[in-house]
Amino acid sequence: MRKHNMIAMILAGGRGSRLLDLTNKVAKPAVYFGGKYRIIDFPLSNCANSNIQVIGVLTQYESVLLNSYVAQDQRWGLDAKDSGIYVLPPREKSEGFGLYRGTADAITQNIDFVDQYEPEYVLILSGDHIYKMDYDAMLDDHKKNKADVTIAVLEVSLKDASRFGIMNAREDGRIYEFEEKPKQPKSNLASMGIYIFNWPLLKQALIDDLTVENSNHDFGKDIIPGFLASNKRLFTHQFKGYWKDVGTIDSLWEANMDLIYHRDELNLADPDWKIYTEDITVPPQFMGPNASIENAYINQGCVVDGTVINSVLFTGVRVDKGAVVKDSVLMPFTHVKSNAYVQRVIIADDVVISEGSRVGNVEGEIDLISRNV
Amino acid sequence: MINVLGIVNYDDASVSVAGLDSYRPVPSLSFLARYRLIDFALSNMTNSGIKRIQVYVKHKPRSIIEHLGSGRQYNINSKHGKLRILTGEDSIQSEAYNHDVTAFIQNMRFIEDATQEYVMIMPSHMIYTVDFSEVYKQHLETKADVTVLYKTVNNAHESFMGVDTLKLDDKRHVLEIEKNRGKYKNRHISLAAYMMSRELFVHLIHLADNLSSLYTLRDVLQEQAPLLNMMGYQIKGYVACINSLKEYFRVNLELTDYDVAKELFCPDWPIHTRTSDSCPTQYTASAHVNCSIVANGCYIEGTVVHSVIGRGVVIKKGALVENSIVLEGSVIGENVHLKNVVVDKSAVVSKVKELVSDDTKILYVKRQDRV
Repeated sequence: MRKHNMIAMILAGGRGSRLLDLTNKVAKPAVYFGGKYRIIDFPLSNCANSNIQVIGVLTQYESVLLNSYVAQDQRWGLDAKDSGIYVLPPREKSEGFGLYRGTADAITQNIDFVDQYEPEYVLILSGDHIYKMDYDAMLDDHKKNKADVTIAVLEVSLKDASRFGIMNAREDGRIYEFEEKPKQPKSNLASMGIYIFNWPLLKQALIDDLTVENSNHDFGKDIIPGFLASNKRLFTHQFKGYWKDVGTIDSLWEANMDLIYHRDELNLADPDWKIYTEDITVPPQFMGPNASIENAYINQGCVVDGTVINSVLFTGVRVDKGAVVKDSVLMPFTHVKSNAYVQRVIIADDVVISEGSRVGNVEGEIDLISRNV
Repeated sequence: MINVLGIVNYDDASVSVAGLDSYRPVPSLSFLARYRLIDFALSNMTNSGIKRIQVYVKHKPRSIIEHLGSGRQYNINSKHGKLRILTGEDSIQSEAYNHDVTAFIQNMRFIEDATQEYVMIMPSHMIYTVDFSEVYKQHLETKADVTVLYKTVNNAHESFMGVDTLKLDDKRHVLEIEKNRGKYKNRHISLAAYMMSRELFVHLIHLADNLSSLYTLRDVLQEQAPLLNMMGYQIKGYVACINSLKEYFRVNLELTDYDVAKELFCPDWPIHTRTSDSCPTQYTASAHVNCSIVANGCYIEGTVVHSVIGRGVVIKKGALVENSIVLEGSVIGENVHLKNVVVDKSAVVSKVKELVSDDTKILYVKRQDRV
């Protein structure tokens, strides 16, 4: 096999329990976003657009749907001879069966997978975030700095900094200190959970970590502090652009609304950085004689004969005559029947809102509607 | 699994969608904003369990080759299925000789080498859905030599001009095939789709070639009809024949009515096409869209009424697009008014503010044109 310069490992095992019923049966990376996508389409498409050919996806919580989703690697163009997306859930081994005990442990348990490709570098990503990023440019920085580890960072406001892992770095980008959720942050460079490691070095650190007592087997808590303590060369790679962790119903709603109100921030129409996803076979959109559309983001397969204002409609949504959908996110194949009124909600896939019923609130928190009304 | 080789034949020589077909062959004409005509023939075949398919392309194969690829999007298995794109192999002295029988003769070894006992031959410009496994069942039950698909219509005086009609007896035996000259409303329209044994197909091809070097498959079938046990198979759902710009325009706009489109699009009979990975379509606060079909990737700020809007089209503020078809990637500028217009791919209409025609004439804007 031809050697690979850098392969990617995407951590996609988390539940995202604050997304309530949306993550009852699927892991957070498989949650829908933006009219036709799932969250994990973003890191996968970023990898594809950054010339990465081999991606391992580490899954754990409710992984059946996610596994079958990412295994269709032609969606991201990763089905050429030397490329592929490989699903890596926990497995039974001769020494027994063990769940992934932490982000680092998920990689440790798959050292054999990475070693097959003999990569010089390994890119570690989270499958939970929405952003467009060129990992190839990050690798250029990594090489230029002769770094052992490069960590992507994002400027946040000092007020928010205490919610993040904060990197304190010198002017040249070399990190001298890492603080997890500091009360008094010294800098506003938040870690995005995106790392490039020199693989031989990381591999040794992961093996060593197995014998450390009380280790959480976590990149942020154990591996990165360990590298800092041993004076390794850790550098930041500053990311500028749209980035969102859609961990709650409110933030998921907000990120969807960003597509309507801030079209240029996360431009999904950019032909040079397409976000790839499943192509569900459905007809185009039909706008009926009574349709009224104002500020909307609508995917193929929708049939609209009612009023849609400030809303995102996923694949195959139907809004019947006389129905009103306002400030809402309607996931695939939801059906809002005639004269129903829907405001400030996320409606989960396949849910039916019956004739004349009302859901949602005029203001305040966003409701998740996950059962037929 | 049905024991049938699928063949997408040349479209009839009389088919001409003026303007559009000078850039691409009829099978790759854009249809309903996100399809190409050939998607219907191929989806019908693969949905019916036909696994090996030959597509014959007369001219300009580039767009067809790009669109079809390996056929994965139609669910053609990459190992034990096959999608073969075939073109005429020898140089043709005159366009009159460049017809389906010539192409079949030149590719005869691919037809003879097939293991399927039956063939299903159809053109791409007829739009409908059909389950060929039902046709196959009838074909075997009736022990017909040839089963020909037809649609009984009541608008043969306006549409389906120049298309074959079938004279049927009460048991649906085909007595005669004749051209529709538009004299009558009620006709059995032949869809030029035939099922027969591969052996008979090969025989008819050689026979046509021996009788006249200008004979097409249709010609030899018409001549042999009285000698063959030819049966009709009726299509009940929506049928359209895209054989002119007028019909292309009419059919696209007719299907903007969802109640009509429902006859063509059935959830358990998906029409597959190649994805372009475009994002959803954005409608701004100033957009008004009614009675229209819109593809993905568009940015709509203006007004669209009774129109078909292709992928990635931009319709700017104050623009009014009515009764029109705008193909992929075109831009309709501010305050431009279009009525009864077909705008071909990647064109920009911005300088001329009025492109308006009455209902008797369709205006056409060339591909990549600046207007």
